[in-house]
Amino acid sequence: MSENRIAVAKTYKLYIGGKFPRSESARSYPVTDSKGAFLANAAQGSRKDARDAVSAARKAFAGWSGATAYNRGQVLYRVAEVLEGRREQFAAEVSAAEGIGVKKAQALVDAAIDRWVWYAGWTDKIAAVLGSSNPVAGPYFSFSTPEPTGVVAVLAPQRSSLLGLVSVVAPVIASGNTAVVVTSEDRPLPAITLSEVLATSDLPGGVVNLLTGRTAEIAPWLASHADVNALDLTGAPDALRADLERSAAGTVKRVLRTRAGEDFTAEPDTSRLRAYLETKTVWHPTGV
Amino acid sequence: MWAIDTAISMVDLTTLEGADTAGKVRSLAAKARRPDPDRGEVPKVAAVCVYPDMVATAKAELEGTGVHVASVATAFPSGRSIMAVKLADTRYAVEQGADEIDMVIDRGAFLSGNYGAVFDEIRQVKEACGAAHLKVILETGELATYDNVRRASWLALLAGGDFIKTSTGKVAPAATLPVTHVMLQAVRDWHRQTGELRGVKPAGGIRSTKDAIKYLVAVHEVAGPEWLTADLFRFGASTLLNDLLMQRRTQLDGHYSGPDYVTVD
Repeated sequence: MSENRIAVAKTYKLYIGGKFPRSESARSYPVTDSKGAFLANAAQGSRKDARDAVSAARKAFAGWSGATAYNRGQVLYRVAEVLEGRREQFAAEVSAAEGIGVKKAQALVDAAIDRWVWYAGWTDKIAAVLGSSNPVAGPYFSFSTPEPTGVVAVLAPQRSSLLGLVSVVAPVIASGNTAVVVTSEDRPLPAITLSEVLATSDLPGGVVNLLTGRTAEIAPWLASHADVNALDLTGAPDALRADLERSAAGTVKRVLRTRAGEDFTAEPDTSRLRAYLETKTVWHPTGV
Repeated sequence: MWAIDTAISMVDLTTLEGADTAGKVRSLAAKARRPDPDRGEVPKVAAVCVYPDMVATAKAELEGTGVHVASVATAFPSGRSIMAVKLADTRYAVEQGADEIDMVIDRGAFLSGNYGAVFDEIRQVKEACGAAHLKVILETGELATYDNVRRASWLALLAGGDFIKTSTGKVAPAATLPVTHVMLQAVRDWHRQTGELRGVKPAGGIRSTKDAIKYLVAVHEVAGPEWLTADLFRFGASTLLNDLLMQRRTQLDGHYSGPDYVTVD
């Protein structure tokens, strides 16, 4: 790059229903690196953007939850392939956002890609591991299968901009839910790049919707929205947690109350996968 | 809230599918009587719109409730049949108890310039209607130009149509705001010339509350405030009502509602 070239300053958009719309509110906010230097402008999502994202997620739910587990696994694996191709870009963005060296950022990106592949592998094993045929005292064959909860609103971790994001989004969609994600407020750029990855892999539009903006502004609307079935509080501001839980209770949502300061570099378990599943039990007459 | 309630009271709740059953019409009628079962203060819709063979079923459900029964007739939606069949279709619907008849014009005749034939047809159907109100469907999606929409509107008003209606809902584009604007101008001009008030009904493609409110604004601005009543303006819709109910709940509850909280139809 020549010395006197003026860099193109980007103004990013939201990711809703497989498209990249501007915020309905027309607002944006500057994103800086860890030292305060300007990086780009991000869209500042509003409550109406959140509503549109929920509609898009609801629309995508039938197709995504109805797809075979094998197919979901293939699609998620494809996402990991595209992530791999953008490794350098992610490393640079994570390094700038989190204020760490490129080497360290690279390791986090690799861990994020591996995490995605790990959850991709789980798609067609969930039913086998968590489902069961039940011993019952009667002439019935009784069996239980896990089913996705529905539309999940995810407040992504504020600090871990890529690994944390992947660790909360992948388990939601692996089991067939669709997601509305509010990204890290101050570190949204890796999430925006992830949305570009999702848009260019085979993931159907609306399965993941990403909103950048102020978490404290958008989260209450998602917590109270009657068409949202579950809420992940991971990135919620501490002052808001109790209020969010209370309004989520108004429409009987599942709420994932994570402990603060979760270490996303640790090996994951299935707890996040299990958090957004419902159990369906069928009794079928036998021996008649 | 006023706009939402007004829009609800103007809805012609419609089911015009080949797969319609008596059961579906009955559940639609129940919804027309009481759109939001949790909230008794929600106004009734204006009418239920069905095929002629379902009129008796709808009538039995809606007798005495103030909700009208509208029936499409005259070889809906194409209008491609002989006059005797169209008139028989209309008479049958009226005999079965329809309060309102939605007829389609012969677009083939209109587009080939045979305006006289279209005029005579509307005239005869109007006679067959007797006391029932006549809505004339122009199927603006097939009329190609705004000049044609205006001409067809005027023709329908001259021939005695009580309402002019944009579309059958079977052709895309169905109702659009500009086309409705032209038709509102036509009824306004008719009122200025004759002193008679005639109605407009956009149908098809209006799905959101926001759209409905845009139409209400157009009615107020183009035709005038006296048209803001179910006697002179209707929405032909099936999915619109659910969105109106959800938005109404959003206004009252202070948070977004969802399709789990309204009846699925």
